[in-house]
Amino acid sequence: MYVLQAKNICKSFGDTEVLKGIDFALKKGEALAVIGSSGSGKTTLLRCLNFLERPNEGKIIVNDELLFDAEDKSTQTEANIRKKRLHFGLVFQSFNLFPQYTALQNVMLAEELLARERPDYKAHKKEIHEEIRTHALDLLAHVGLSDKVDLYPHQLSGGQQQRVAIARALALQPDVLCFDEPTSALDPELTGEVLKVIKGLADKNTTMIIVTHEMAFARDVADRVLFMDGGVVVEEGPPEEVLGNPQQERTKQFLERYSNN
Amino acid sequence: MFWSVTLYLLEGLMTTAKLFFLTLLFSLPLGLIFSFASRSKLHIIRWPMKTLIWIIRGTPLLLQLIVIYYGPGLLFGWDLLPRFSAALLAFVINYSCYFSEIYRGGIEGVPRGQQEAGEVLGMTKSQIFFKVTLLQVVKRIVPPMSNEIITLVKDTSLARVIAVYEIIFHAESYIKGAGLIWPLLYTAVFYLVFNGLLTLFFNWAEKKLSYFRV
Repeated sequence: MYVLQAKNICKSFGDTEVLKGIDFALKKGEALAVIGSSGSGKTTLLRCLNFLERPNEGKIIVNDELLFDAEDKSTQTEANIRKKRLHFGLVFQSFNLFPQYTALQNVMLAEELLARERPDYKAHKKEIHEEIRTHALDLLAHVGLSDKVDLYPHQLSGGQQQRVAIARALALQPDVLCFDEPTSALDPELTGEVLKVIKGLADKNTTMIIVTHEMAFARDVADRVLFMDGGVVVEEGPPEEVLGNPQQERTKQFLERYSNN
Repeated sequence: MFWSVTLYLLEGLMTTAKLFFLTLLFSLPLGLIFSFASRSKLHIIRWPMKTLIWIIRGTPLLLQLIVIYYGPGLLFGWDLLPRFSAALLAFVINYSCYFSEIYRGGIEGVPRGQQEAGEVLGMTKSQIFFKVTLLQVVKRIVPPMSNEIITLVKDTSLARVIAVYEIIFHAESYIKGAGLIWPLLYTAVFYLVFNGLLTLFFNWAEKKLSYFRV
């Protein structure tokens, strides 16, 4: 049983075809690393899964529920998409924390707004708020930031900001957590703390898709690696195969370039 | 003499202040609507809005006051609007256009990622606007707004051209009536105090919003 199935995802911007029919599936608890050079379509794929871009073709199926079908407009209305995108969480390269809120408020905000739609919200406002607060504090403790909950983003280091962003994405308990190059905007000495948190999530069998340039990390954390080039999946499999013994010429070239850098 | 002049100028200042506050009351929200219209995806909304903003920002406010006061009468033979209402209308349209451009800059200055972060967290468009974007926009626009609003205080003197009895008009009556020029120069004190208070307010607002950075 797959948590996520992506079928024939195609996406063009104007005349530029960025994704040319991506197929892949993800099992529950699996961590998938997506690698490939810049411009290979990795980020666009994540953005399609999170409905920040609408694929021109293809289907997205989560837990056997058809979330998106490019041929069925009724799956694409704003209200429909809003509910469905909660199956996914996304951690951005540039964190995108809300600057006017503290770390704790950043984690709580979306959950609080969703709680307002609950029928029992008015009657149990206080309890619900406390529940959400406890949950958020828990999440921040998990990413090692218990002592920073009341600080604003600009008072945190990049690594700390990214960890808050991970807690924020976890707050809504997505089925699939996506990471878009989570350490690319960080100073090298700060990547470790973020990778450690992601590794911790993988160890707890969080279903994840990680777009990354950190090959050692992909090998260490991922159950499966998917190599993309030119908008197609070139090769996929267990990390020791794709990274250790690649079959495709393009994968070999990519990995060689990487180890030379 | 000094006290009677002061009192008479204060009376004019009341009209100045009324024009100022009413202009803000209407043009602050109207400017926001204008800014949405000028960013609309629909050509039929966007282009007329952009044209209006171009005309209003491209011509002197003095001329706009005259057109709004005399124009309807000359063109259609309508009755003249009351002087104060005509002045208020001209100021509201003029300042809404300027404010809309400030809002637009403020809204477009918020990084795209903020909106996207809200979207992936399942927020609605209005939740994103009110809970995420708005305060960041406010923080960004306080400095240009304070500039524009201080200009408005001084611009109210233009209403004199259609004989709205504001402070300059009152001061000028001493030139014609008594050959006195100092009451006109004295008005500067009133403007300075008015703008001094506004400056204090904007400094306070800026400080209030300094707990976060955008």
